[in-house]
Amino acid sequence: MKEIVIISGKGGTGKTSLTASFIQLAKNKVVAADCDVDAADLHLLLHPDFDQRKDFYSGYKAKIDADTCIQCGKCAEKCRFDAIDLIEEKHTINAISCEGCGYCAVICPTSSITMYDDLVGESYISEIGDGCKMVHASLHIGAGNSGKLVAHVKKTANDIANETNKDLVIIDGPPGIGCPVISSLTGANLVILVTEPSVSGIHDLKRVFALVKKFRIPCACIINKYDINFLKTRQIEEYLKEEGITHISNIAYRNSFSEALTQGKTILEYSDEQLIEKLKLSWQKIDSLIMNI
Amino acid sequence: MIVAIASGKGGTGKTTVSTNLLAYISTFQKVVLVDLDVEEPNSGLFLNATKTNEEDKFAMVPAWDENKCTNCGECQGHCNFNAIIQLGETIMIFPELCHSCFACSELCNENALPMVPQKIGTIRHYEKDNLTFIESRLKIGLEQSTSLIEQTKKYVNERFGKETLVIYDAPPGTSCPVIEATKNVDYVVLVTEPTPFGLHDLKLAVETMKLLGKDFGVIINRDGMGNKDLEEYCQKNHIPIITRIPNHRIIAKLYSEGKLIYKHSTELKRKFENIASHLISYPNLVEK
Repeated sequence: MKEIVIISGKGGTGKTSLTASFIQLAKNKVVAADCDVDAADLHLLLHPDFDQRKDFYSGYKAKIDADTCIQCGKCAEKCRFDAIDLIEEKHTINAISCEGCGYCAVICPTSSITMYDDLVGESYISEIGDGCKMVHASLHIGAGNSGKLVAHVKKTANDIANETNKDLVIIDGPPGIGCPVISSLTGANLVILVTEPSVSGIHDLKRVFALVKKFRIPCACIINKYDINFLKTRQIEEYLKEEGITHISNIAYRNSFSEALTQGKTILEYSDEQLIEKLKLSWQKIDSLIMNI
Repeated sequence: MIVAIASGKGGTGKTTVSTNLLAYISTFQKVVLVDLDVEEPNSGLFLNATKTNEEDKFAMVPAWDENKCTNCGECQGHCNFNAIIQLGETIMIFPELCHSCFACSELCNENALPMVPQKIGTIRHYEKDNLTFIESRLKIGLEQSTSLIEQTKKYVNERFGKETLVIYDAPPGTSCPVIEATKNVDYVVLVTEPTPFGLHDLKLAVETMKLLGKDFGVIINRDGMGNKDLEEYCQKNHIPIITRIPNHRIIAKLYSEGKLIYKHSTELKRKFENIASHLISYPNLVEK
């Protein structure tokens, strides 16, 4: 069983649209996973049935028992996160700012502070047709995006793939280069970078590749919207060659991307034959890459 | 006065809006832009200004003083982030997991865990006439976005008073870095696109703003693509639409070259005039 993670550094390059199509092209040998847990969108294209739902807890929050609290203020003194407010002269935990370190609970002279498990989101195992499962999740607003929920989604997808003899896990990765991305990369066999030929796209591509390089995972790249700027596309192609990143394909800017999306369809389900052909060729290349790793 | 430019979905045009707004406003008054998308700060690619300062920023993490340690292992017990582990007679520290709560250090009876600075990123400060640009950049591979964002805000607050217009280019999403970037601002502009992805993520962003008790308005970028669902959602929920930026290919081209767009046409200039006057005359902001 092998894992492909699709990331972009920069948001808005077309990562999720492409990932959805690749998952459909992989047909029944894949388990899909949406690791963009902060703003998950893959489900808008693949229409999972949200079948098995599970609460996800990660870390803690503090709680002050107002009845036993003597308002000494030692907790507020020690808190490094400004998470203890005085509301109507009572010391109260600000749940948004609280990071769950537990320091206040340790030093409270009356043991009035307890830590409780923080419910940060939920995860789902769904059916998406063709006998395929999709693992996805959503993080609650303001929750710490530490990568733990991403790790949970990945592990669940991997377990399902192993149990049901699927060859591949395809992961729609998170944007940026922070902990959720790091979490999505651990254990991956192939990373696909989706970029666009703009100064921002190139800047973010280089930053995300610097991260991937540390993990030493084989890497390939798709340049989306390549015809917006041919010069920058060439620049990216040269960069890919320099860094040993396999160039999968260049995809033209097509209204079909957003038109299909607006109808809740993947590109494969839409009527742009040229674009569908492009995606099939791209997938063939990715498929043969992963088979040889 | 502090305004954050945020979004739920990435790639909707936050940076396009913030850099063009900065450039436009700087033609008639002093204005500051702070790039708080510390994982991928790219506002600076669009601006030409002179660097006047550069500062490294640090997070405090524990270091193990083997000589003072009695191996009681209490530090491991205190840490809720698995950042400090007792392995036989060794105390191992994982600074990338540390949240800098200082519990292990301050509760150690032997003072065997002094807190030491670990570099997490760099702030670069640029100036040109009325325009100030401050970029904050996280070291690749690190996780402490929130701490760097907090320290960057502090840097800005130490230098600019409430009478200066400060714009934050926030990170995408709705999790802790976004909360840190927007929790103390006076107003939030949510940039979105009229597609199902845009609408889905806008709803998350709106929920976040309501949780934080922030006043906000929406800019619909790439107006003309997608459908009218997003516009209807805004109208139904009485969310002000500040302006609509059209879905013109020329904007994508200029953006791809790292160029500003507000001077390209009278129509675009008017859009940024609308945004600027909405912010500058916003009733609550005037009071504050």
